[in-house]
Amino acid sequence: MPLEAFATNLIETLTAGLMMVVGLLPESLAAPFDYRFMQRALLTSVLVGATCGLLSCFVVLKRWSLLGDAISHAVLPGVAIAYLLGWPFFVGAFVTGALTSLGIGAIERHTRIKSDAAMGLMFTAAFALGIVIISKITTSTHLMHILFGNVLGVQTSALVLTLLASLVAVLTIWLAYRPLLLYTFDPQQAQALGFNVSAIHYGLIMLLTLTIVASLETVGIILVVAMLVTPGATAHLLTDRFGTMLAISVAVGVLSAVAGLVLSVRLDVASGGAIVLVASGFFLLALLAAPRHGLIARRWRRWRFNRPTS
Amino acid sequence: MERLESLMARPTTESLSMERSTTDGAPALEVSGLYAAYGQEPVLEDISLSLPQGQWTAIVGPNGGGKSSLLSVVVGSLSPLRGELKILGRPPLAQRRAGNIAYMAQQERMEWDFPISVRDTVMTGRFGMMRHDPLWRRLLPRRWANPVHRQAVEEALDDVDMTDMASRPIGQLSGGQKKRVMLARALAQRAGILLLDEPLAGIDPPSEALIMATLQRQRRAGRTIIMVTHDLPGARQHADQVLLINRTVVGMGAPETMLSDSMLARLAVGATRTPAGETSVAA
Repeated sequence: MPLEAFATNLIETLTAGLMMVVGLLPESLAAPFDYRFMQRALLTSVLVGATCGLLSCFVVLKRWSLLGDAISHAVLPGVAIAYLLGWPFFVGAFVTGALTSLGIGAIERHTRIKSDAAMGLMFTAAFALGIVIISKITTSTHLMHILFGNVLGVQTSALVLTLLASLVAVLTIWLAYRPLLLYTFDPQQAQALGFNVSAIHYGLIMLLTLTIVASLETVGIILVVAMLVTPGATAHLLTDRFGTMLAISVAVGVLSAVAGLVLSVRLDVASGGAIVLVASGFFLLALLAAPRHGLIARRWRRWRFNRPTS
Repeated sequence: MERLESLMARPTTESLSMERSTTDGAPALEVSGLYAAYGQEPVLEDISLSLPQGQWTAIVGPNGGGKSSLLSVVVGSLSPLRGELKILGRPPLAQRRAGNIAYMAQQERMEWDFPISVRDTVMTGRFGMMRHDPLWRRLLPRRWANPVHRQAVEEALDDVDMTDMASRPIGQLSGGQKKRVMLARALAQRAGILLLDEPLAGIDPPSEALIMATLQRQRRAGRTIIMVTHDLPGARQHADQVLLINRTVVGMGAPETMLSDSMLARLAVGATRTPAGETSVAA
């Protein structure tokens, strides 16, 4: 199949490119990447970090953190059903994730239930369904990987999916940059200028679902929302320009994913947890030391303001 | 203050002339038998009116009387239940997509924390027109945008005297400055029709004077101004006509007659009929 050949070639090329960068690192850091599975894990981490970083800006600015959490949990029954039917896990995951986000929108629009309650209701119901189905299946390590992520054991099919999701996300945000920016900033104005606001809205939600599904094997259902909030929140503290925010957020996502991967191998701890902890470390750093919006800068301005003038 | 006066006195420049011709005889806004509601609450009942091109219309009425809702129907954020609405003889969506309507909302629910500069905020007003740019321009950053867009943005910034602050993040501005930026965004569209929803609400007197002066220049340049306002002295002074709305059209005509004590009393009588809880739907 031409698509598969294209994906394999692209993966080889990207891996070769990454290995050139790794070659610049000190020997002690670069050594683990001699292994094929480590190279694969590195590429997956970079792709997941970049894609989550991009989407994270929209999640933070649109206040969609809980929606991201909801979609990621709603993916579980899809994974379980796909496992029962012998389908690839991401097909089921995408379907139940998308259905849940549509269901949340429908409840919100047609009843008096507010959006946060609609989300809490839908995602716990879906997650419970997933748990019930899984409890009937003999325990499978693969399902554990979906819950908590295991980037070291990532399969080729999952890597191809991650690559495709990254390409779709980057292309969509590039091609529709202005409508997406205006919709995120001021949906009323987007509507007034004749943009199809509901198409943009659902398009963005589908993109979010795709990103979540593609990140499952790396950070897992429980922690994927961290990758969709932390990089964007960190970037929001560091800049007042949307384009710069996207760039910083991608950088934080990629650096967290790679550093987390290296740490998890070095210290022999869970990769998903290590990645999220590194990202949280970046956020803490920005929270304290950001030039304009950081706590230290704020204290400093207050101190300067209150200082008796002599 | 001197600077402000020189701004007000500035003559209409060539650049203010419209990019699109709107000289065919159709009314700027034509509404017939329009009904609209928020859920179960009706806000507009049997509205019929016709506003000519090139005039300044002030829409006056009590809170919850449907002034803003009428504009919401024009810009598509409220769907009418029944009735017809035409802009320059065509459906509103077509005119919005053609860039013939510029809209300035009340901005009560805006996220001012958004990471965007004043200049980029004004540039978002051009995003509708950018649909017609060649693909390669649309894929590149602002620096390579069509010079027409950049020129429109700079002129609009200059019109509201915000050029000095163009690089500031929008969240750092005062309330009056934010209103001026939002007006600049509407002006940057260079549309024939300006729809303004309370552009003077809650701002400082210098900003108010500046906005009114800017609008007068736009009016002289031949643009149609449709403005929801609570500022009755301003409406008396500047508007060509006043539209009184309280769910339905109470009256339309010259400012002197519409803003007379007897007409305002009729409007107020209508206002006491509306239940108190309804004021919240005005937004």
